[in-house]
Amino acid sequence: MSTRVELRRGIYRDSVVLMQVSQAVAACHGVAAAIVAMATPLNLEIYERLGFDPAAVEGASPNDLLVAVRCEDDALDAAAAELERQLAPSAKQQSDGFGSPPAPRTLASALRRGGSLALISVPGQHAFVEAMDAIQAGVSVMLFSDNVPLEQEIALKDEAARHDVLVMGPDCGTAVVGGLGLGFANALRPGPVGIVAASGTGAQEVTCLLDADGVGVTAVLGVGGRDLSAAVGGRSTLAAMKALDENAATEFIVVLSKPPDPKVAERVRAAAGRLNTPSLVAFVGMGQGDLTAATAKILVALGRSPTAPPEWPAPYERAPRPGFVRGLFSGGTLCDEAMAIAAECLGPIASNTPLQAAWALGDDSQAPGHLMIDFGDDRLTAGRPHPMIDQSLRLERIAREGADPQCAVLLLDVVLGYGAHPDPATELAPAVAAARDRAQRGGRDLAVVVSLVGSRSDPQGRDATAERLAAAGASVHLSNAAAARTAVDLVEGAGR
Amino acid sequence: MIELDESPTMVTVGASLFADALSAQVASPLQVQWAPPVPGSDADLAVIAADGRTHAASAESVRRLTAASPRWVDVVPAREALGLGPREFLHAGPPVAWADASGPIRGALAGAMIYEGLAENFEEAGRIAAQGGISLEPCHSRSAVGPMAGVVSASMPVSVIEDEENGRRAYCTLNEGLGKVLRYGAYSPEVIDRLRWLERVLAPLLGATLRKRGPVDVRSLIAQALQMGDECHNRNRAATSLLLREITPDMLESGARSEDIVAAFRFINGNDHFFLNLSMPAGKVAADAGRDIPGSTMVVAMARNGTEFGIQVSGTGDEWFTAPAPPVKGLYFPGFGPEDAGLDIGDSTITETTGIGGFAMATAPAIVLFVGGDVSDALENTLRMYEITLAEHPFYKVPILGFRGTPTGIDATLVVRSGVLPAVNTGIAGREPGVGQVGAGLVVPPMSVFVDAARALARRAAPQGAPGRSESRNQ
Repeated sequence: MSTRVELRRGIYRDSVVLMQVSQAVAACHGVAAAIVAMATPLNLEIYERLGFDPAAVEGASPNDLLVAVRCEDDALDAAAAELERQLAPSAKQQSDGFGSPPAPRTLASALRRGGSLALISVPGQHAFVEAMDAIQAGVSVMLFSDNVPLEQEIALKDEAARHDVLVMGPDCGTAVVGGLGLGFANALRPGPVGIVAASGTGAQEVTCLLDADGVGVTAVLGVGGRDLSAAVGGRSTLAAMKALDENAATEFIVVLSKPPDPKVAERVRAAAGRLNTPSLVAFVGMGQGDLTAATAKILVALGRSPTAPPEWPAPYERAPRPGFVRGLFSGGTLCDEAMAIAAECLGPIASNTPLQAAWALGDDSQAPGHLMIDFGDDRLTAGRPHPMIDQSLRLERIAREGADPQCAVLLLDVVLGYGAHPDPATELAPAVAAARDRAQRGGRDLAVVVSLVGSRSDPQGRDATAERLAAAGASVHLSNAAAARTAVDLVEGAGR
Repeated sequence: MIELDESPTMVTVGASLFADALSAQVASPLQVQWAPPVPGSDADLAVIAADGRTHAASAESVRRLTAASPRWVDVVPAREALGLGPREFLHAGPPVAWADASGPIRGALAGAMIYEGLAENFEEAGRIAAQGGISLEPCHSRSAVGPMAGVVSASMPVSVIEDEENGRRAYCTLNEGLGKVLRYGAYSPEVIDRLRWLERVLAPLLGATLRKRGPVDVRSLIAQALQMGDECHNRNRAATSLLLREITPDMLESGARSEDIVAAFRFINGNDHFFLNLSMPAGKVAADAGRDIPGSTMVVAMARNGTEFGIQVSGTGDEWFTAPAPPVKGLYFPGFGPEDAGLDIGDSTITETTGIGGFAMATAPAIVLFVGGDVSDALENTLRMYEITLAEHPFYKVPILGFRGTPTGIDATLVVRSGVLPAVNTGIAGREPGVGQVGAGLVVPPMSVFVDAARALARRAAPQGAPGRSESRNQ
């Protein structure tokens, strides 16, 4: 056993540093005891307790560095080396700068750093708390999250009224504020129209049709699909209408929804009548006109004559054929509108979001006749991205319909814009071509019709996307209603 | 109402896809680094958020906390200040019985009983205590705080801290110094002798000094010390120096014997932590100002007794939310290691509760080894605490952060939501009675106490604020 004791004058290290040094030296192989510390009375006491000789440190002062090691004879060199290594100013103790502040963990924290609008897309059961953070900070909210309990939606909208902010949602898919597209949003030019929408894809359809006619928007304010229910009572719709009415740049206000609760519909119509800005309330659905017709009314109200929405015809002659229409959608309102149009001529349309309860699809999503599926429905998006982003379920279904002799017409929607798939045609065009090939090998001519929702400025390229799909054999329509009618016209025996 | 003409400044929480879509429009948002709250807490969090009182109540709590102006006004025996009877003893942390008490608490209680003449030795003290011969109460229940074991008995002198704002008072014993001391559970004759010296020499001298010169502004000393490298929990060197400078002339003029004055001066100068026993009651008096506001989610006490870690929250009165005390991660004095360490102990977490200590780590680069060894770690520690606090302290500033106020007033719901736990600096007591301090380091409080506090706050929520409870529970 060897012992080494020394006092080093003129070396000062913080006691915390020295505790670490002591620990490191004591941890060396073969070391029985070690103390590296300033020679304060307390440390000298510890030194003694560790069994070192007090005589060896006679006259030590608290300004001396006390070093004492007792270890196996052959371990002394290694321990001494470790001691010097620890005492040397090491790279570890050199700060490499102060880095960036940690990311905020809650919306409350983030908003203390700034921000005038919050976009929330956390799972529904956690959305309420984050949204309250924003509202109480005086910041409006776009709430993309779905599955938010109804009472929470009402509580949020009441709190928003107290703070004079707007809650867009829950389950709000699209909004345009100050020229910025939020959620799934098309690149829209500034213009005179302000839109309040309880339907995300409905608003995208109308604004893209307006865009095709050169008309832009001041804002698109989503309110969430339940806002016009009896329970919620149009709380956000009425607030959004007021916001647009007070906005000088908005010359015309459009309220867009599926057919709402009748009493709420009355309230909204009455509120529209009191606006200083001209307005159109369009509750689209079975028997109430389609989105393309609503767009034409807007254009007329603005003093323009609507032009026919652009179409990119299929590169071959087509005639009605036996079989059924199969519609595969990513946008709920687009699917609803197509079903309403088709049902007038074709009768029952089976669906996961049926127009009538009796037309509901089973869990296997199969039905012998006409059928339209909304792949964006909650039950089909659980645990996977929205079909506007991830097309795999639809691609699978397109292939299956290509092989089904009953399928005469395939009707698809394609939604462009920010947030959506960066280049949907790359996947869809080959799938369409393959399905048509497969049908042809079975002796069928499979007609494919595409409803394209996109603006001329969308990052995916509206016209390029349309041309690629047309080249693959589809007829492409900017109007969803026109696409639906084309599909209907392509099956034999439509009840005309 | 929502601004429609200007492009909004976006903040996003949730799917990064939408943040990316905004960046593509040249509007890079601030993205929250979100994670789900502690499992099972979402319904309680929603109820609290829906309670119309929460926001204003918590804001009022932290306003009162930060407005407090603690002054050191006197040093008097605990029997006078706290009304302690001869067999009444206070201890640190949430309530604990002798049977469950940790080594340091047992050692300190035994020492205090010997000091009070109730027992001759540790064994006798233990027998008396085990038979219910003394009564135990947390310091916090008598407006007091105690470092480590925190044991207070009737004859011990305590500093009186008064909040100039509202006259409220808080109390703490005088710091005994380092090494073998009662607060770390040591009870040997030298420990008892020092307690007698504190009682007979130092306390009368300091009391006379304070009564002569008038109150010492503790808030001002803390504010200055934070700019001199202290965080006023694990480092009190600057504050102790400032204090001594402040009171020396009045000590000299107090009329005490000069050898007593010299001994007092040497004692305080030789003990960098002397000021801790003033920064703690200063925190206590401030935290108490924020107590008992219905609906408030602010933590008003974090305290440990070596057996349990407990917190109290403004909106839930005197209720303690407790969990087993965690071990301390730290550095050990030579000759000691983790096997010698007791579990987390002491009321000194009142410093973190009020915006200093671990929350002000960025002011104390000299002790950064406690938090991982780098100055940037110290900075990061303080910055992280802004995620779980309600305000920035108007008097306590962090120079390196551009004199930003320290993160102050822990919001229990923000802890549960963010998963960020309070950063606590602390000393490490030996696990066995009589050993004393063995090291110092960092402790991570148990998350469950904050979850339990949120549960209790939700239960007390205003009746109209209960949306979503049943739905979320059933999911």
